[in-house]
Amino acid sequence: MNEHLDNEHAPHVPIAPVWTYLLVFAALSVGTILTVVAAHYDLGRLNTPIALLIATVKTVLVILFFMHAIHSSRLTWVVIIGSFIWLGVLFVLTFSDYLTRFWAIN
Amino acid sequence: MSVAIDHDDDHVHHPFLQHQFEDLGQQHEASTLGMWVFLSTEILFFGGILLAYWVYRLAYPAAWAVGASLQNRTFGAVNTFVLICSSLTMALAVREAQLGRRKGIIAFLILTLIFGGIFITIKGVEYHTHWEEGLFPGSHFTWNEHPELASKVQLFMMFYWSLTGLHALHMVIGVGLLIWIISRAWRDHFNPEYYSPVEVMGLYWHFVDIVWIFLFAFLYLIHAHT
Repeated sequence: MNEHLDNEHAPHVPIAPVWTYLLVFAALSVGTILTVVAAHYDLGRLNTPIALLIATVKTVLVILFFMHAIHSSRLTWVVIIGSFIWLGVLFVLTFSDYLTRFWAIN
Repeated sequence: MSVAIDHDDDHVHHPFLQHQFEDLGQQHEASTLGMWVFLSTEILFFGGILLAYWVYRLAYPAAWAVGASLQNRTFGAVNTFVLICSSLTMALAVREAQLGRRKGIIAFLILTLIFGGIFITIKGVEYHTHWEEGLFPGSHFTWNEHPELASKVQLFMMFYWSLTGLHALHMVIGVGLLIWIISRAWRDHFNPEYYSPVEVMGLYWHFVDIVWIFLFAFLYLIHAHT
């Protein structure tokens, strides 16, 4: 049914090899194990930052490779990065209030 | 009244090319962009609840430590792995669609569906246990191991049920969408020129996986060393 469709350009997205997906899968699995192991050690104030760092790396891998952001248009990038900038605004402005409330007490 | 468009020219349009688009490439671009716009609202939706979670976690760290210790960390870790597996099979289903292999699309989507079903089942077992333990907020909340922390642990559990409940709702919707996409793949709707629904399904599924990555760390693993 495609013989007359040569003027209707297909999405020109490169097809990633299977090993790309398997590598990302392996990295996500290792990340999960690391998260669980790290959580069981008392790392003082570093427990939460380390958990957040691993979760962020996993998220970036999923977005770049599983969600194909690496081959997406710049407009899509604007939306993706814009989402996280707004999320950052939400957290930074809220905590600029909540965290500084304790300063007055101490 | 018929809405079909009779073109004056003699070429045949792809059956799934909407007439407002120049070509399938542009339509694919619009589909993925539109899905990302939806996902950015989802990021802020879950982000808002996680923000409230963090505000109270900083206020009541002891209660949050107790709350997380009440979770089944083995089930949480297994479910995290199950979702990663489902993301892999989802990504491979999209790849099969790009290659135009109908059987491959269906096989990997069914695997994704199975992993999704396993996740929801394990979550259901956890919910049942929490319910039996009196850990559902409201009048049913009877948990009282640390009376001085009980009201704050109840607050933690409110975040637990809201966040995992909304996530589970997304999973159930995802399973429904998967069944629909599988039925379309069955009817041979997808090929290397047109596979946007599979790609967009993947975007949704991977997003739900990402949410769980954070929920697992925040609801199950905090203060695991104490």
